[in-house]
Amino acid sequence: MTTDEHTVHDLDDLQALADRVIELVQDNPRAADGSVEANVLVGRTRHGLTRFANSFIHQHVGEDTVTIGLTVAVGGRTATAGTTDTRDDALAGLIDATLASAALQPVDPHWPGATPPAEVHGPGNFDPATAAARPEERAERVKAFVDADPGLRAAGFLDTQATWAAFASTAGQRVTGRSTRATIDGIHQTDRSAGSAHQTARSLADLDAAKAGAVAADRGRRSAEFVDLDPGIYEVVLGPEAVSTMLTFLGVYGFNAKMHLEGGSFVKLGEQQLDEQIAILEDPTDPRAIALPFDNEGTPRRSFPLVEAGVTRNLAHDRRTARRAGAETTGSAVPGGSEFGAVPTTIKLLPGTATPEELVSGVQRGLLVTQFHYCRVLDPKSLVVTGLTRNGTFRIEDGQVAGAVGNLRFTQSFVGALAQGQVAAIGNDDRYADGEFGAGVVIAPSLRLKAWNFTGGAKG
Amino acid sequence: MYDYARAAVEAALAAGATYADARVVIRRQERIAAHNGELESVTHNEDAGVGVRALIGSSWGFAATGELTDTAAKKAGGEATATAKASALVPGSAIELADVPVAQDSYETPHAENPFDVPLAEKVELVVGATRTMHEVEGIAVATAHIGFWDTDKWFVSSQGHRIHQHIVEAGGGMDATAVGESETQRRSYPQSFGHYETGGYEVVRRFDMPGNAQRVAEEAVQLLDAADCPSGEMDLVLESSQLALQIHESVGHAIELDRILGWEAAFAGTSFLELDKLGSLKYGSELMNITADATIPGALSTFGYDDEGTPARSVDIVRDGTWVGVLSGRDTAHLAGLEPGGMVRADGFNRLPMVRMTNVGLKPGEGSLDEIIADTKRGVYMATNRSWSIDDRRLNFQFGCEIGWEIVDGKLGRMVKNPTYTGITPRFWASLDRLAGQDEWVPWGVPNCGKGQPMQVGHTGHPASPGRFHDVRVGVRG
Repeated sequence: MTTDEHTVHDLDDLQALADRVIELVQDNPRAADGSVEANVLVGRTRHGLTRFANSFIHQHVGEDTVTIGLTVAVGGRTATAGTTDTRDDALAGLIDATLASAALQPVDPHWPGATPPAEVHGPGNFDPATAAARPEERAERVKAFVDADPGLRAAGFLDTQATWAAFASTAGQRVTGRSTRATIDGIHQTDRSAGSAHQTARSLADLDAAKAGAVAADRGRRSAEFVDLDPGIYEVVLGPEAVSTMLTFLGVYGFNAKMHLEGGSFVKLGEQQLDEQIAILEDPTDPRAIALPFDNEGTPRRSFPLVEAGVTRNLAHDRRTARRAGAETTGSAVPGGSEFGAVPTTIKLLPGTATPEELVSGVQRGLLVTQFHYCRVLDPKSLVVTGLTRNGTFRIEDGQVAGAVGNLRFTQSFVGALAQGQVAAIGNDDRYADGEFGAGVVIAPSLRLKAWNFTGGAKG
Repeated sequence: MYDYARAAVEAALAAGATYADARVVIRRQERIAAHNGELESVTHNEDAGVGVRALIGSSWGFAATGELTDTAAKKAGGEATATAKASALVPGSAIELADVPVAQDSYETPHAENPFDVPLAEKVELVVGATRTMHEVEGIAVATAHIGFWDTDKWFVSSQGHRIHQHIVEAGGGMDATAVGESETQRRSYPQSFGHYETGGYEVVRRFDMPGNAQRVAEEAVQLLDAADCPSGEMDLVLESSQLALQIHESVGHAIELDRILGWEAAFAGTSFLELDKLGSLKYGSELMNITADATIPGALSTFGYDDEGTPARSVDIVRDGTWVGVLSGRDTAHLAGLEPGGMVRADGFNRLPMVRMTNVGLKPGEGSLDEIIADTKRGVYMATNRSWSIDDRRLNFQFGCEIGWEIVDGKLGRMVKNPTYTGITPRFWASLDRLAGQDEWVPWGVPNCGKGQPMQVGHTGHPASPGRFHDVRVGVRG
């Protein structure tokens, strides 16, 4: 511990706090017979967010919070607790209550035991300047985004986040890691349209807010005069943000081992389920990755293929599903995973060789989609999803972007859209490109797909 | 706890804020989940801290700390003001706050039985037993159930003199059964998707009778695998009340948020098709459409004494006889629009900025019953329990999927149909509302997972509704 009575500042403090929680568990009288196990994850998040709308900053927040997540097992009977109170007496009370709660439960048949020792691949990708970013630094970049086109209305956010974490278990695992992320995501609006741009990196210095603003403004202006298109099946070029949404759904509903064990996933391991051009990795070791080096159970995270040449190869496991399946954990445990399952969170679709312009030039009649909006699964097994296009949807005629179209609704199986023979080409423009479920998860390029089922538009 | 809040406010003012408020929040949560007849998780979470807002010129600054000490509270107050000052690099018009009474008061949710005092073994047996019953039905691959509770204390202090303590107790849960076919899954849930929640104690959960509904829920999921597909085309649509509640949430509740109408949520959640100059004249729906935002409904999930700006709970007319007449607002947005503040600003915990959130946005009941509506329908589909939901960024084009449906032929329920979906455009859809059941079937549905804001905050909203009928709706959209 440092300075003020229970202030936590750095990795050493967090590791000391995690060790202290394990000590308190082992000192508890309920642990006297040696039947108690525990995992503890201590994290500190420093988050700064600058939101803007109508071209001014309207929300500006800073947060610095320490959280403790504890799982205990008493003779295989488990309970979980979390708190933001790091004082010794509060922790002792929480631990006692959690052990008492566990002792009252039935035996947890899927409890895999406390996490054993294993080394992580590195300390995590961390930029001290991003962790220490001041509100003024964010505001300056917001100004650059807004000033990219003063004739339009700008809205969006720029945020910086630093995460420090330490894990300890009664089985002897002790690991620490840290990570930073910076994101700018915004739109420029006309009275009839909007265009978007997005950048995410591990360092605030790597964001070019003026460039993002210019891209958003260009898309917004080009979308101002649009026509409404009839629903139907169209060839599409999907920008990285739209592809990111697809990959997120594949990860959450498909490569989730729990969902697979229960028959709800499309994945059939070892089968050619997607086009042979498709290769998807879970890759926390990528130099660009925004990730801690271990998962929510303290297991080292590692790189592994999810899809190779269109063949589904692996699922994302935590220690619970690995035990059920007789497999190895892939270090993919997430908070709430005992109910929801494990999911990949550093997904990467390997790029192709085509430039974005070449993707468009190959389409005789189709649509260029920048971003999807409000996507929801109709059936998880077939991965049929409905959603809309947003912030820049354009017609492609004879290999050229011909003009804007109004937003369209689709109802489409994401697996079907990527099936063998359906992928016309993959772009070379891979980057962090997040969909509607948050920043720092997916690295994706643009994609040209042969068929996409649009089922309606804003007019009906 | 008032001392920490006051210290934060005073520090913010000393640093130059023209207005400041602070909330000390201590929140306990318990969630118990079961899966296929086994206990899956027992989770307790506690978070505590202080969040302080400071206003200077055109922008708020907000800072939060999980340390409940005088030093940390003062530091947060200073940081909130410094953050607001930084916003001057990209300024807007000065923000002013609409007047509200300066209250010094306390409020507690009425509840008969604090859920945290109910023996854990009893709560565990409830969810484990429900999943055991469902899982024993042949064909059910996955049966889950959960119950959850929140016990929240909030101490609010403002530089205008507010001093309010609230103790909010919320309880609820739900269960579902999934049957897995060769290339599809079918799911039924109860009382509604994601569970149903209310303000109140453990009596809320007892009232659901989860064990008594487990068998039926599971059998319906299995039956759905062999059911016919929902017919496709335009026909009358009868919605069960929990689906109608979600329809209200998505196509009315979000659309009437004044911050969205003003463009403050444009980049993330989107804007609204509503324009303020049409307030009082725009036809939102048929004469049967009467919507209120009422934070005073006993037991509803968004019932409280004061919002997170210290504005007293109230009922506001939103749609009257089909005409749009009201919005959801806070003190800053209301002042900008020249309206009365609605008391609809809340935050998801101490470390989130309060923002406009739905209170109990509900549809006043009509007359008659669901049975009478069905008997009065020549050809249509009756759909129940939400399965998927999606709506565009102006809240116009929506598509909803339900878990189950039944054809209606000549006033009678016919065969069960699967994968029922319907789609429409908001005002056109609401204009087609032509029957609405009465008070006896009016339920204050609670939605515990409303997402809004960046970073995403989860809000608890209430949506009272009774079953209703809409004519000539496009149903059976296929992927």
